[in-house]
Amino acid sequence: MRPAGRAETDSLYFDYPQFEAPADRARLDAPVPVAIVGAGPVGMTAALALAREGVASVLFDAKATFNDGSRAICIARQSYHILERLGAVAPFLEKSLGWTTGRSFYRGRQILEFEMPDSPREKYRPMYNIEQQYIEQFLWEAIEREPLIETRWQSEVTGVEDMDGGVTLSVRDPHGSYRLRADWLLAADGARSAVRGLRGLRLKGENYEGRYVIADVQMDHDYPTIRRALFDPDCRRGGTVLVHRQPDNIWRIDYQLRDGEDEAEAIAEANVRASVAAVLAELGYTGTWELEWWSIYSANTLALDDYRDGRVFFIGDSAHIVPIFGVRGLNNGLADAQNVAWKLARVIDGKAGEALLDSYSPERRGATLDVFANASKSARFMTPPTPGWQLMRDAALSLALSHPFAGELANPRQMTPYTYADSPIVSPDDPGFPSGPVPGAPLPEARVGSGYLSDLLGPGFTLLSIGADLGDGLVGDDLTVVALQPGSEAAEMLGAGPGAAYLVRPDSHIAARWMHPTPALVRAALQRSIGGGRR
Amino acid sequence: MTPGEVETVYEALATTLDSVEASRRELFLAKLALLLAHDIADTGRVRRRIDEAARNLDV
Ligand SMILES: Cc1cc2nc3c(=O)[nH]c(=O)nc-3n(C[C@H](O)[C@H](O)[C@H](O)COP(=O)(O)OP(=O)(O)OC[C@H]3O[C@@H](n4cnc5c(N)ncnc54)[C@H](O)[C@@H]3O)c2cc1C
Repeated sequence: MRPAGRAETDSLYFDYPQFEAPADRARLDAPVPVAIVGAGPVGMTAALALAREGVASVLFDAKATFNDGSRAICIARQSYHILERLGAVAPFLEKSLGWTTGRSFYRGRQILEFEMPDSPREKYRPMYNIEQQYIEQFLWEAIEREPLIETRWQSEVTGVEDMDGGVTLSVRDPHGSYRLRADWLLAADGARSAVRGLRGLRLKGENYEGRYVIADVQMDHDYPTIRRALFDPDCRRGGTVLVHRQPDNIWRIDYQLRDGEDEAEAIAEANVRASVAAVLAELGYTGTWELEWWSIYSANTLALDDYRDGRVFFIGDSAHIVPIFGVRGLNNGLADAQNVAWKLARVIDGKAGEALLDSYSPERRGATLDVFANASKSARFMTPPTPGWQLMRDAALSLALSHPFAGELANPRQMTPYTYADSPIVSPDDPGFPSGPVPGAPLPEARVGSGYLSDLLGPGFTLLSIGADLGDGLVGDDLTVVALQPGSEAAEMLGAGPGAAYLVRPDSHIAARWMHPTPALVRAALQRSIGGGRR
Repeated sequence: MTPGEVETVYEALATTLDSVEASRRELFLAKLALLLAHDIADTGRVRRRIDEAARNLDV
């Protein structure tokens, strides 16, 4: 929502483009290998990830421009690695604000300052703040450079029917309606997914107590990029307030509504202004400010039982809704897109059998359930659901004023990368390793020469050989071999002595590792990583 | 702890509970529980004590 007199995309700092429906009507009904419904951040990322693998796609979006409002503003390190592999990270680095620190306050007094894991061996910071419009704009700029992606704006998908070896889509745009066939469909159509409804599927899970108004204001506020959480502040007794800095002097103020506070009333402009003014007074800000945009949000943990339905894959918000405090909604969506893209591309070009696609749902749904567990913890701290949780939360906050250990309970711990431990395509661990990432975990970063380990990864699978002698027979069109020095920082991060090797997937997760690899072991793990082999 | 020492703690708790405003007693006890648990630094033992303290509440 925006202040009276301003249109939905009338922003103080961002010019929304206007996209037309396809003018050339010839061949709109031509079959496509992959159709993607939804050109939000997740759909665009999927299209780019497929194009990087050489797979063409058509992207449909019902709207004529990007999503309105700043929405998801915290992009995690892992997502920057994904964006880098798509060749899209440069404008993000230029625009966004990296951060590592959070501060929590109880009744105006600081009870905790936490640092997210960071070190000089990391190429990217743990978190970056940037408004979602820029995320979409920068992805869109990459898509415009990409001949393998065709985007159809103002094009609403209204039907999906199964057919032999594919689906038929019905599409409606301002000029008319048409049908086309797609071998595969990625449903990236967001929280209210039309495709989900058309397939008769429902999200399942829990709704938490606690509704938040999220409001953006523009102001010259002198405070570093540090996440602030205010518990039980004077401006909102009994509630929680979050404050985040964004580019363009935009500040995100999230504040919790009281029990019984009427939603419709809470989001009336005058009430939003009054609530924001009270928060700013609490922060000690006395200058002028302008209201940019606001919305309302409640904490849910909802997901599909299976992210795959035949030839249809659900990615992003269409598959899962997570509470805002975990900052995982969008980040997980980007990982969904990357995960399904590398698998689908290998099935489409015949390198892998369809069994590979069965690993998408367990891996990515597993990541969602992990977020649920963490998010439920944060949600219970931010908005205690029952008297017991409320009492213990208040006790922790009160104790934290004098005893820092209790303040740690307010640490949101937003940065735990997920390990695909139970994935059918991840190999069992070699128990000989004293340390380092287990199969299924993301590859850790390390400095190598004047760059980073992640810079050395090939376009497909990568074998990191720490002085292992495996001959040249393994190198193929989907495998790059990279030699690492024993004793180097990278070897140390991997807990790898001389002769060891790691097999890394196209999404930078570990597929397998060995203290004493042989070409046969590596080949077997590669087969397993693509779902058991060729058709 | 000798019976005398237990008694000293018992009295200190009683007088502090009386000096705390009625609506804050629960909060005070919850803080104290967290603080003592942190001192004991033995999760298993603390959890057993939590279970034990929850018994016989209506007798
Ligand atoms: C008001 C609001 C505030 C939010 N705030 C936060 C926040 O503070 N922090 C946070 O982490 N996350 C936030 N989120 C969530 C975050 O925006 C999403 O996680 C993220 O946008 C998900 O991306 P997506 O690409 O999966 O879906 P979306 O961004 O929702 O994109 C879906 C796209 O599909 C298109 N579409 C839908 N149906 C059809 C159809 N039938 N045919 C064609 N196209 C269709 C839509 O037009 C849209 O462009 C917020 C979301 C909303 C709505």
